[in-house]
Amino acid sequence: MKAKHLRNRWLGLLPLGLILFLSGCGQLEMTVLDPKGPVAQSQYDLIVYSLWFMLGIIVVVFALFAYMLIKYRENRPGRKESDYDPNLHGNTTIEVIWTVIPIIIVVLLSIPTVTTLFDLEKPPEPAAGEEVKEPLVVYATTADWKWFFSYPEQDIETVNYLHIPTDRPIEFRLTSADSMSALWIPALGGQKYNMAGMMTKLYLQADEEGVYDGRNSNFNGEGFAAQTFKVHAESEEEFNAWAQEIQNEAPELTADRYNELLQPGLTDVESFSNTHLEYVKHHTKDGMGYVVENYREQFKEKLHLYEIEKQESFQ
Amino acid sequence: MHITDILVTGEPIIYGAMVSMALVGIALLFILTYFKKWKWLWSEWLTTVDHKKIGVMYILSALLMLFRGGVDAMMMRVQLAFPDLGFLNSQHYNEIFTTHGTIMIIFMAMPFLIGLMNIIVPLQIGARDFAFPYLNALSFWSFFFGMALFNISFVIGGSPDAGWTSYTPLSGAAMSPGPGQNFYLMGLQLSGIGTLATGINLMVTILKMRAPGMKLFHMPIFTWSTLVTCFIIVFAFPILTVALALLTIDRVFGAQFFTLTGEGLPMMWANLFWMWGHPEVYIVILPAFGIFSEVIATFAKKRLFGYNVMVWSMIVIALLSFLVWVHHFFTMGAGAFVNSVFSVSTMLIAVPTGVKIFNWLATLYKSKIEFTVPMLWSLAFIPSFILGGVTGVMLGMAAADYQFHNSYFLIAHFHYVLIAGTVFACFAGLVFWYPKMFGHKMNERLGKWAFWLFFFGFHVCFFPQYFLGLDGMPRRLFITNVAEWLPLNVISTVGAFGMGLGFIVFVYNVYYSFRYSERETTGDSWNGNGRTLEWATTTPVPYYNFATVPYVDEIDPYIRMKEEGKTTFEEDKVKPIHMPSYTGQPFIMMALLGLASFGLVFEWMYVAVFGLIGAVFMMIRRSFDYDDGYYVPVEEIKRTEKKARGL
Repeated sequence: MKAKHLRNRWLGLLPLGLILFLSGCGQLEMTVLDPKGPVAQSQYDLIVYSLWFMLGIIVVVFALFAYMLIKYRENRPGRKESDYDPNLHGNTTIEVIWTVIPIIIVVLLSIPTVTTLFDLEKPPEPAAGEEVKEPLVVYATTADWKWFFSYPEQDIETVNYLHIPTDRPIEFRLTSADSMSALWIPALGGQKYNMAGMMTKLYLQADEEGVYDGRNSNFNGEGFAAQTFKVHAESEEEFNAWAQEIQNEAPELTADRYNELLQPGLTDVESFSNTHLEYVKHHTKDGMGYVVENYREQFKEKLHLYEIEKQESFQ
Repeated sequence: MHITDILVTGEPIIYGAMVSMALVGIALLFILTYFKKWKWLWSEWLTTVDHKKIGVMYILSALLMLFRGGVDAMMMRVQLAFPDLGFLNSQHYNEIFTTHGTIMIIFMAMPFLIGLMNIIVPLQIGARDFAFPYLNALSFWSFFFGMALFNISFVIGGSPDAGWTSYTPLSGAAMSPGPGQNFYLMGLQLSGIGTLATGINLMVTILKMRAPGMKLFHMPIFTWSTLVTCFIIVFAFPILTVALALLTIDRVFGAQFFTLTGEGLPMMWANLFWMWGHPEVYIVILPAFGIFSEVIATFAKKRLFGYNVMVWSMIVIALLSFLVWVHHFFTMGAGAFVNSVFSVSTMLIAVPTGVKIFNWLATLYKSKIEFTVPMLWSLAFIPSFILGGVTGVMLGMAAADYQFHNSYFLIAHFHYVLIAGTVFACFAGLVFWYPKMFGHKMNERLGKWAFWLFFFGFHVCFFPQYFLGLDGMPRRLFITNVAEWLPLNVISTVGAFGMGLGFIVFVYNVYYSFRYSERETTGDSWNGNGRTLEWATTTPVPYYNFATVPYVDEIDPYIRMKEEGKTTFEEDKVKPIHMPSYTGQPFIMMALLGLASFGLVFEWMYVAVFGLIGAVFMMIRRSFDYDDGYYVPVEEIKRTEKKARGL
């Protein structure tokens, strides 16, 4: 696995390899540099593209810097009279050169940045020859400090874990019941904020089956470190079977149960055979202050988290 | 509210802090009383309007805050390297990273640089003091009481815990009840008065009080950087003032500007904060660029390469700094077009910055580099800052930023630019101008130890964090609960302790040099390599700075003065010098405003109103103050100068 991954990504790891060597820890599997879907792939490509420029800049500046320090140190043996010109004060040609080169670099970096930005606003395109699939809509709602994933199509809801089919774009509709948070699944792509009273869209897709780490990446208080979830990417059939099973066997999410879950605190993973969207829509003006108004007192209590990985509610 | 509700209880670390603070306090009181220094403290320091003494007080406060913020950092590093220790819980960790960030930016970096500006800028332009010396004292005391207010939150009431960015709705009354967040708001508001006033004060000083003949494009580069910084301060700080006031009104008086209820606009805070916050990072980096330029030219013994380009690139950076704030939240979902615009404007800042780097390198070309301690800090800045700069460009590429945002990649980036830029500059500038301030140099051998420890510690600490970010470790995480992240975190912590050790050696060097360093006999302390007017004064600098102000019509005027044998004491031209009188009013006025702020923190309205009325009374009193200062007689000037110059 490691070796294969190394071969595939050698281009990107070459500039990093040098630096990694310095960090003294041959830890080559960095999530962001090991994309598992087209969105993460496009961001990975952009990062690697920019890394080459950055490496070039570093080499040029370091080389010039070393040259100046070695050649023009005051006590270098064999210094010549001509090595010192205290009145040298500028040169228009060279100033123009080293202004224009950075501008060119900025242009070269801007073009792929802008095109990628516009691409990320749309569902990822299927590979050549494959059919276009409608994105699967998942409402990802955060409340301090947990995740609700609502699947309107399947009419199910999960808490603190996520199942997605591979090779199909997922359209996340992000919102928050209280504090601002962000959905980040580094293996599948970059993040976007969840904000109360509004909705943001984030397209992600998994090409490989597997279990990936997802989390809230935006600090939002005491339980922030525990606001994580596992992403189970599986084939379309497995996903459908799982959704059917939840629909058949999981309990109903009642309004009372949902209100209970909304209270600030940590909870376990859970599954329900309907969604909370029928009770309250946090992305609307009406649903925006729902949690704060109802649970003002609970926000004053502290969790006193120490070693969260040893707590029952969090594994 | 009962006293036990106010004191923070139940944490051994905080009890330890209380005890040590109390002990230091008692020791200070004892020393002042035992050596009968109370009168000296009041008449020489608390009432001073002398820009040099105010500058020294700024720098001392900033060093104290560097210690406090550094201890915060060490505690975080210990927690992250040894998560099983249970050293800090989540709440405590959140408070510590909040105070670390706020203190390092607002109460360390800015006052350190403002302290250096205070001392050096009037000397560089041939001025006798600031344009408004009374206001300068006021600025310092507003900063000082703001700093004190922010710091007592540790033991009284509880520290703020919503991050130095204090994003709403988290920092609002609903989700962060209690006084903690109020300490943040009032501490910053109070010290912000001083920063804004200093910006105006220095701007007027530089524009109106330059030596005869000195045009803007004759000014030393550090003075230029200060002038550009002042413009940023004057345009950016009012935004912070308004944002802080609105959030204070939200929290204390129940308004709903940034709340989730009542159709508030929580995301407006992020916009307002960064409309100030991004210019703010240039407020702390441009003066650093100025310091490096001075130090590099001095110890390369060569004129700064491309002076005009250096100045214009600072001006361009200042303008661009107001056009990039959205890059702090590309992930807010503003859309591809908005993100594209801010992405390009962000990357454009790399152009003038890159030009500056090349001009510094060109300054070294055909020079005679002398590796003194200030030069070491300045040279180390170039490669270190490049690493922070290129990763900054990567962060500016919005589509990639979706992966970098909120991660340790970002943490590594901004520590690379802020430490290699601002902190290195603070050390370089302090060591460089130390003889001007205290009449003796800092020991070179100890200085080199401090430098190398800090330099290696810095890279070992922050370089691994780029990789932690690429592996998905988010910032502000109180526990390293993913096994793959642990090794790099341990390395990082080792580096942090290296930096801590470097700082201790630096502080020891202050003491050692005070005891053993040779006292300066000339004003031109660095082997006669001074280029600008501050080196033309004697050491220690007389309180009126210049007996006679020289005529200046070029960059680096002191070089020609030395060639022509001119000094700032032309005996036949000495005239009586007009100087401002010392006054205790700024101290008292700001102490009263500090009291008002303290009242607002705990929402004790009687205290707040009492303090406010007191401060307004002091302002009215100032309006009827007819003290126009005094004249230093010619005889005294001649006596002082002859003694200092050994004539």
